[in-house]
Amino acid sequence: MRPSDAPAAAAPRAGTEDAVVIDGVSKRFGAVWALRDLRARIRYGRLTGLVGPDGAGKTTLMRILTGLLAPDAGRAAVAGFDTVADKEAIPVATGYMPQRFGLYEDLSVMENLRLYARLRGMDAERNADLFAELLAFTRLAPFTQRLAGKLSGGMKQKLGLACALMARPKVLLLDEPGVGVDPVSRQDLWRMVQALTDDGMAVVWSTAYLDEAERCGSVLLLNRGELAFDGPPADLTGRLRERSFRLEGLGARRRAVLAEALDLAGVGDGVIQGAGVRVVLRAGAEAAPIRALAAREGARLAPAPARFEDAFIDLLGGGPGGTSALAEGMPPVDLASDVAVSCRNLTKRFGDFIAADNVSFEVRKGEIFGLLGPNGAGKSTTFKMLCGLLKPTRGEAHVVGLDLRRATGAAKSRLGYMAQKFSLYGLLSVRQNLEFAAGVYGLEGAARRERIGEMIAIFDLGAWLEAPPQTLPLGHKQRLALACALMHRPPVLFLDEPTSGVDPITRREFWTHINGLARKGVTVMVTTHFMDEAEYCDRVAMLYRARLIALDTPDALKRGAASAARPDPTMEDAFIRLVEAEDEAAA
Amino acid sequence: MAQRAGRLSFARLRAQFTKEVLCTLRDPRSRMVVFMPPLLQLLVFAFAATLEVRNVDVAVHNQDAGRWSHELIRRLEGAGFIAQVRSVGSAGALRDLLDRGKAIAALEIPADFSRGLAAGDGGRVLALIDGRRSNSGQIVAGYLSAIAAEVGAEAGAEAAPETAPAAVRHWFNPNLVYRWFTVPGLTGILALFSALLITALSIARERELGTFDQLLVSPTSTPEIIISKSLPALAIGSLLGLLMIAAAAGLFGIPLTGSFGLLAASLVLFILSVVGIGLMISAVSATQQQAILGAFAVGVPSVLMSGFATPVENMPVLLQWLAQGIPLTHFLVIVEGSFLKAMPPGDIFMNLWPLAVIAAVTLTLATMFVRGRLQ
Repeated sequence: MRPSDAPAAAAPRAGTEDAVVIDGVSKRFGAVWALRDLRARIRYGRLTGLVGPDGAGKTTLMRILTGLLAPDAGRAAVAGFDTVADKEAIPVATGYMPQRFGLYEDLSVMENLRLYARLRGMDAERNADLFAELLAFTRLAPFTQRLAGKLSGGMKQKLGLACALMARPKVLLLDEPGVGVDPVSRQDLWRMVQALTDDGMAVVWSTAYLDEAERCGSVLLLNRGELAFDGPPADLTGRLRERSFRLEGLGARRRAVLAEALDLAGVGDGVIQGAGVRVVLRAGAEAAPIRALAAREGARLAPAPARFEDAFIDLLGGGPGGTSALAEGMPPVDLASDVAVSCRNLTKRFGDFIAADNVSFEVRKGEIFGLLGPNGAGKSTTFKMLCGLLKPTRGEAHVVGLDLRRATGAAKSRLGYMAQKFSLYGLLSVRQNLEFAAGVYGLEGAARRERIGEMIAIFDLGAWLEAPPQTLPLGHKQRLALACALMHRPPVLFLDEPTSGVDPITRREFWTHINGLARKGVTVMVTTHFMDEAEYCDRVAMLYRARLIALDTPDALKRGAASAARPDPTMEDAFIRLVEAEDEAAA
Repeated sequence: MAQRAGRLSFARLRAQFTKEVLCTLRDPRSRMVVFMPPLLQLLVFAFAATLEVRNVDVAVHNQDAGRWSHELIRRLEGAGFIAQVRSVGSAGALRDLLDRGKAIAALEIPADFSRGLAAGDGGRVLALIDGRRSNSGQIVAGYLSAIAAEVGAEAGAEAAPETAPAAVRHWFNPNLVYRWFTVPGLTGILALFSALLITALSIARERELGTFDQLLVSPTSTPEIIISKSLPALAIGSLLGLLMIAAAAGLFGIPLTGSFGLLAASLVLFILSVVGIGLMISAVSATQQQAILGAFAVGVPSVLMSGFATPVENMPVLLQWLAQGIPLTHFLVIVEGSFLKAMPPGDIFMNLWPLAVIAAVTLTLATMFVRGRLQ
């Protein structure tokens, strides 16, 4: 797309002026500082990422910039207008797309556009040209008569964007536009935003996905309400030059090697990446110990390009160690069969809609198995049938050899389950949550006390026992959820989107435990929409339109997507390739 | 490992029961519907929910100059329920007062009223009643015709002195204290709403939090879930009902003439059948909002059809049948009977077994609905 195809933005006042000025902004909710003395400037003609984990203060800042919230201290100006004093001018000068754009689901695409035009005081009949332009830009022209409620997540976001662009704003604020959008539509959104910034618009893209930061021209990195970094992402990743390495070709040994590497003093951070391990050395640390480890394991030690997430962790002082106290204390899993989870021709129909279509696979004992796919692909449906939350229309699922439809009680006592957003009882204290989890799995008397005491010690929950779970820091909340799920030492663990919205350090700690458990022989089933998290899995099943379109190791999937233009593709690239091939085959 | 895979395990039940009690008592929304409001409502409704008519105005257009019309008006003025008798000079003014709602009833006394009575062939008075207030209007019409009949009887007695007037005696509630009738029923209604809301919220709250999935993947069985959710609601609902029965007997001085033990047992069974309905609502609700709406959608028609305000026998046959499926219908018979009528055990059992059947059916259905959500 040529820049001139984009709807022209009203010309900014002067080229040098800042689109957004944030001057000492603070905002507090009760005892929690959502934002603390924030100072930053955002320029026109550039895509600025507002990046940080959940609870970092992104949405609060967005709401302050749109005049929906007044700061407790300091001031903010958008397109030259103060967000408090000139509040009325803000909606005219800016376009804002909240996390869930307020589309009217019972109106068609065109009716939504007309409605938003009228709400902006524009004559909907005279703006046919503008509509045509917006529809062409968002590629929604073929769907003008479709009800907004029937659009896919990606198309809804695009329609929301079209509505936000209606008034040709100078500043466009997008609050987590990538959430719930499949990778293909996300590419489309990036493309559109690029065209807009090329035309001089200032675009702010807020996101909890740190990998999205690398695509921005400039980044405001927030952590616990404070600005951790401000500048082009390459400036931050540049600090890791000569400090990022990849240990390649480790194969089955990679989890043990990662644990060992993370326990080295000089290693600040590390993750599994396919059959290898990525490590980041601490600033000023010697590379010799890691070289020795690589030599001992017979692995190649190759320098790797730094990633934004690694840089963020480095900025915060490194990730957790590699040893999982949880896994250390657990006896190795002993299963009669080598197959821990299996399903055959698993199909689920809701009325006319097929949510899962003939899904079959086997998961070996001690394997970390990922289910990957965009929203609505059948990932959750398949997952729920595997752990017994949904009854399949056809086909069967077995957990440790037990049929979930017949021996439900017996099969269920062999599996652990941790839901997205950690479903803990907010009305019970931490101790009562642990006691409930033990009791509901039938643990009694001394065994119960012993197991609870063990979990409190391993996860360092002692200081929080009488507190309600929602007052815990995110990392501790996740530990508690994991403790509850593992109280009965299940040989199979189901994790549903376990790390969405979680900060990278908590994610690292989480995966340290998961890796430790896998080494003890626990089978882990995990759904995720973090493409890079799929790298931690032994094998990944990719679901698209209710069908299993690929099942292989992460490395093999990436290899399949390699091309001359992209010799080292990411998991996201691999996924997009597979989806495109699937769409072509269907067409 | 210590797990047992049986259908019912004491350890699992105890864990869930503790959780349920703590959650119900700590949830501000549950707590709000549990204790204070029902007791407050009992006091408020006991004084407000009365069908007696007091302090109304009656308009009179008297065209008769004779003795009996003056006697009638004098008696109207002396009647306790009338605040003021407004005499007007024309039929038009009479209608106007009625139209503007200044009077609930208007009497038009024709010129030949006294003459007719004295002649022994009866006098006639035209009574106009405000139909917009149909209930009160009917009651006023009843009062008015009683007064007119007295006057007529007196006039008749002079003409033919041997006529003996009928003596009316009200059994069970000799002074017709309205509160004696409403308060026992109110205890049932308020206990119904408390138990219904506690249980309707219980599964929906967990579903909203996501903990219900967590519960479903654990080895706990559906009957265990239903039992652990029923017992706390049963205990709280029964306790509340007993408190209100105590208030009715102690505070309002309503004679509890029947067996207290049987009444308490009926209360427990009544709450159990309501708990089943509440759990059914909760099992099909996705959010607490839906659960509350569902509880009211079931609760309000239950009260209207239970015979609290209007007798079940007056309803169409189909609705009468439906009313038999409402726990409150049976409990009202028992509680009203126990308070004023000293209802014998045999009659109580006649209404107790339907409660047992309803409880069995609703709890079974609730179990099936919870299981059905797994489909």
